Amino acid sequence: MKIVVCVKQVPDTWSEKKLDPATKTLDRASVDGVMNELDEYAVEEALKIAEATSGEVVVLSMGPEQSTETIRKALSMGADAGIHILDDGLAGSDAVATSLAIAKVIEGRGADLVIFGSESTDARMSVVPAMVAERLGLPQLTFANKVEAPGDGTVKAHRLTDYGYDVVEASTPAVISVVEKINEPRYPSFKGIMAAKKKPVETISLADAGIESASVGLGAAWSEVAEFADAPARAAGTIVTDEGDGGTKIADYLSEQKFI
Amino acid sequence: MGRGTPQLRNKGGRGRRTFVTNARGPPGFQPARPLTRRKVDTSVKFMKFTEEHEQFRKAVRQVVDNDINPYVDDWEEAGIFPAKQVFSKLAEIGALGLEYDPAYGGQGADHSFTLVLGEELGRIDCAGVPMAIAVQAGMATPSLANFGTHELKKQYLEPAMRGELVAAIGVSEPDAGSDVAGIRTKAVRDGDDWVITGRKMWITNGTQADWICLLVRTSDEGGYAGMSQIVVPTATPGFSVGRKIEKMGNRSSDTAELVFDEVRVPVSNTIGEVGRGFQQQMAQFQDERLIGAYMAVASMRKALDKTKDYLQQRNAFGKPLLANQYLQYELAELYAEVDVLEAFCRTCAEAYNNGQDVTRMATVAKLKAGRVQRQVADKCVQFHGGMGYAEEMWPARYFRDSRLTSIGGGADEVMLRVIALLEGMGRK
Repeated sequence: MKIVVCVKQVPDTWSEKKLDPATKTLDRASVDGVMNELDEYAVEEALKIAEATSGEVVVLSMGPEQSTETIRKALSMGADAGIHILDDGLAGSDAVATSLAIAKVIEGRGADLVIFGSESTDARMSVVPAMVAERLGLPQLTFANKVEAPGDGTVKAHRLTDYGYDVVEASTPAVISVVEKINEPRYPSFKGIMAAKKKPVETISLADAGIESASVGLGAAWSEVAEFADAPARAAGTIVTDEGDGGTKIADYLSEQKFI
Repeated sequence: MGRGTPQLRNKGGRGRRTFVTNARGPPGFQPARPLTRRKVDTSVKFMKFTEEHEQFRKAVRQVVDNDINPYVDDWEEAGIFPAKQVFSKLAEIGALGLEYDPAYGGQGADHSFTLVLGEELGRIDCAGVPMAIAVQAGMATPSLANFGTHELKKQYLEPAMRGELVAAIGVSEPDAGSDVAGIRTKAVRDGDDWVITGRKMWITNGTQADWICLLVRTSDEGGYAGMSQIVVPTATPGFSVGRKIEKMGNRSSDTAELVFDEVRVPVSNTIGEVGRGFQQQMAQFQDERLIGAYMAVASMRKALDKTKDYLQQRNAFGKPLLANQYLQYELAELYAEVDVLEAFCRTCAEAYNNGQDVTRMATVAKLKAGRVQRQVADKCVQFHGGMGYAEEMWPARYFRDSRLTSIGGGADEVMLRVIALLEGMGRK
């Protein structure tokens, strides 16, 4: 089974993130880049399926030069090969453009499964997996917390919903997005890190992928950041004093906020 | 493993998401979350760090951040940590057998990766756990890896590198610590067995160890002669833990006095040559001093960073404490000390990698690490004021833990003696 797992390099969750006032996009230079945490689960799931079916895992990332670090990390976890979609023209791409580039590159590579993390910790839109599935005309099994892909042309997943989960099944090839806790991602080991050095990473430009530069990048984005400001400082919370009616007061508050 | 040992708990998955913070404080105190996470600093490049070194550094950092630091407070309180669980996590990334033979499950790495490991283990929020890890990875196992037979390595080294067996190193005794020649624990040959009698003191991992690399007298020659290293499984009849020692610091690490009462092990458990134990142990001590110094340096930098953050956030007399030039310069001075020591340690690691004799460098590194760490810890406590003296925050623990660097693995005075001898002073 051939599995393409899509990973994104994002700013370290712990670091202070800033927008670049000139481009109104994320300032990626001032912080450490790390693999999007949810993508670690996607890589782990891909590796587990590949190990069980003697398959192959190709890790794909779109992003600036330093995204190779994230590709290397996936390779050191055990992926077999990497694809880096790298082109200055891609800078500022929104989800629509990102899905176009990813779909174009995946197309024709004979992937049985395409696995994503269900969202990135920087943009948090959760739409790229569905868009890629749509563009490729493949079934999508998103928000999965359990995946069974025995390599017989079918894939079954537990798709998380607000009330529990749905059991969904599709024929392969298919697109999957996974949620955290689906597994425990392995750490890259010393041997894995050394082996990753020798694994092939293919770099693909817009021209290589046959993508018109007008259809991607900041200029092609369907949305625009009009203005931005620092998040306001957190206001002091409300303290409810229990005078025998604490429970009711809390329930009233939660109801008011539509939590219950 | 002792009863009541806190186990690794699932604190919301892999730690990162729950934002478990390492700083502690009184009720209502907002823990000093770092202003920004420090980018991996490799500005001092005496070692040639490659991309692989940085990847490995991040892997160790992940284990420390997810599987160790969130639990340190519990382990400190319990006076023990679950060694096998922590070791098996480190084994996953290959951290327990970096320089050992891949034929036995080692990684076949060079010493530069041990340097990276030490630097990252130094970021653990206590000194007890990293010390215990260092014992497993670089203090109790080097002799076995270098001089042990195939069978011994299969039986004891391989599972230790997988984190399945806990190792300890038994040298010090109630009446002999830094003066190794003074040890009295004896192994008497009886057919194909050694029969061991004596006591060992200050044994890290002592209550949880599965086997001990034990230094004993195997002849009556006295002094430095007639010692051997023997692998002693703790399940052997006659072995017992005399007591767990309560210590000023490193409380998460179980330290014990061990009793050997006619403990019978096969002669084939001897590591290397009979009678060469002292020399083998001295070589092993060198590894211990090196990794100890690497960890100490990293811990100092982290302590200074945390103190700097605290002083930035804490206001007094209408401005952040850090606005005081006195405090800035005191910290700057200590950063300078740490920079110099870090550069020295990295140079030392490179020399070791090149096969040079680093006896003197390792001795200097260990001596200076202990001394500078005492200064750093003292200033961290001082600059935190009352909170530095309270057990609720980290500086008190750091102050207690730091004191050991000048005592364990050969006291400062022993390091000075070695340097004096190398300078031709005093008599051998």
